[in-house]
Amino acid sequence: MTDIKAKIDVLPGLDPRAPLLEVNDLHVEFRTQYGISRAVNGANFTLAPGETLAILGESGCGKSVTAQAIMGILDSPPGFITKGEVKYRGVDLLKLPEKERRKVRANQIAMIFQDALSALNPVFTVGYQLAELFRVHRGMSRGDAKKRSIELLDQVKIPAARARIGDYPHQFSGGMRQRVMIAMALALDPEVLIADEPTTALDVTVQAQIMGLLAELQQQRNMGLILITHDMGVVADVADRISVMYAGKVVEEAGVYDIYARPAHPYAKALLESIPRLDMKGQQLNVIKGLPPALTAIPQGCAFNPRCAYAQDVCRQDPAPPSYIVAPGRTSRCHFWRDVVGE
Amino acid sequence: MSDRNDVVLETKGLVKHFPISQGILFKTKVGAVRAVDGVDLQLRRGETLGVVGESGCGKSTLAKLLVGLETPTAGSINVRGQDMTRLKGGAMRRARRNIQMVLQDPYTSLNPRMTVGDIIGEPFEIHPEVTPRKGRTKAVQDLLDTVGLNPEHVNRYPHQFSGGQRQRIGIARALALKPEIIVCDEPVSALDVSIQAQVINLLESLQREFGLSYIFIAHDLSVVRHIADRVAVMYLGRVVETGGDEQIYENPTHPYTQALLSAVPVPDPRLRGHRDQIVLEGDVPSPANPPSGCRFRTRCWKAQDICSQQDPVLSIRERSDHPSACHFAEPRDVVHAL
Repeated sequence: MTDIKAKIDVLPGLDPRAPLLEVNDLHVEFRTQYGISRAVNGANFTLAPGETLAILGESGCGKSVTAQAIMGILDSPPGFITKGEVKYRGVDLLKLPEKERRKVRANQIAMIFQDALSALNPVFTVGYQLAELFRVHRGMSRGDAKKRSIELLDQVKIPAARARIGDYPHQFSGGMRQRVMIAMALALDPEVLIADEPTTALDVTVQAQIMGLLAELQQQRNMGLILITHDMGVVADVADRISVMYAGKVVEEAGVYDIYARPAHPYAKALLESIPRLDMKGQQLNVIKGLPPALTAIPQGCAFNPRCAYAQDVCRQDPAPPSYIVAPGRTSRCHFWRDVVGE
Repeated sequence: MSDRNDVVLETKGLVKHFPISQGILFKTKVGAVRAVDGVDLQLRRGETLGVVGESGCGKSTLAKLLVGLETPTAGSINVRGQDMTRLKGGAMRRARRNIQMVLQDPYTSLNPRMTVGDIIGEPFEIHPEVTPRKGRTKAVQDLLDTVGLNPEHVNRYPHQFSGGQRQRIGIARALALKPEIIVCDEPVSALDVSIQAQVINLLESLQREFGLSYIFIAHDLSVVRHIADRVAVMYLGRVVETGGDEQIYENPTHPYTQALLSAVPVPDPRLRGHRDQIVLEGDVPSPANPPSGCRFRTRCWKAQDICSQQDPVLSIRERSDHPSACHFAEPRDVVHAL
């Protein structure tokens, strides 16, 4: 364990008192043959140790791309980070050379993906893939690495870990595979874990197991967790704070209780109203009219204005609404947030 | 309960086993995947029957059996007094008109090389007697209008539409032959929440307009609760509990239903920590080799000796006001509100 910390100190400019993870004004675009697709247009958030931040949004809102940019695994080309900073304890990761970046990955910031079957290598055993981490990052011997891998599989509650270490990913069930992914992500004791739709492909009963496991491991290690999801039920269950993204921007950021009780952005409000609720039985569900914008042609002004019930002329013109402070620690990118909250 | 004449679809002892064979030249049957293993369902006119369960419980196989995409190993499917499994030729073709399907993935269930007009009009090619050739373009445009798409878009291709619009195309195709029954196999699970609500609203308004009966298969329990009048919970090829939506959601009596409901995250942070959450151990056993007796007993906290010896039948029990396949059925309120 001590060798990990030794490696962090190598990072120049590291300040242990600085926020664990800070994303400032992040811009990512994809240069495709059909034009420039602006996937992230100024994402901002911070993460503290032990905290769970949920990034909520529909497909195409830029949540996964944000995660990839933080991890430094964005496909480039076509993806380019054009602006912004990703600071880990005061160090801007985007300015680090790739060699330094590799040390940060898995050591300090790790990620788990939605589809464990395609994220794991099908031609190596699970044990090999886990042990590889220890051998490459820690220089352990094969024997020691195997021993650590078995311990890890035990920690994520895979039954008969010793026997299963020689199995291939396809021999595991969906839930077990996701556990292997979690084990892999946590192998080197990262301080930040990014979970990109970790339970979307799973059944609800298995989802409950996995979310329970994640919460337990997070508490043991005091990890910061970024949970990327579109499931508002999961968010209500585990998140401390929520960043709602729309067309590549964080349109509202708030504590979980505030946002569910009184959303301050029309999109967050509409999203919450469109889920079927008990008292809505037999009635029409509230819908958000229209479609999310194409990222190659994001509307002028507020990106949500064509679908918004509150939209006025000012919303249809540039500049886009700034980030209004609704309450301490709570922001909304809506000119009319007072009306939205007030109702 | 309501009049028997109201029943538009009824299955009795519906079974589908997929053989597992071994060998290359001389194939021998070494076992069977019991995908659907004795399902009795009733669907009444104008009603929505929700079918819920985890993946691998046989929901989709059941859907395919109902629309005749799979031949059942045993059992019967009665649609208006006709046993679909015994019909042949022209009679079968005519009977099938009455029961149509909406598929899960609107990206793969529409042929990318066909225009929307061709996709929605294809049922008329197969059943020419429904709409004469001359009236078909008009019929297709009417259908597009019915599902809320622009009738002028008949010559567009599926890739020119968004996910929600594509699912509308799938719904229009299912409506083309004016069926009484539509089997919806996970119709909204591939869609975003805001789009999901649009499609659910559309399905509900079509039901009111045309008096349709739906079999609504989904794994999202809150969606099923919103749309269904009655719910059947499946586990490993069997229905373990069935009843009105309030009976199932307010007073579930089968331990599996209780666990399933308790696992659903509630979109209200105030309920955090106040829910009675039952976390099941392990995974669903293989349907090729289901446990003896009650199939849920390997993951059940109530299991006793009798559960491994005696297969509990789906019936109304002492402490349950609706059919439940558990020896120890008793209500437990797992999703109580604040």
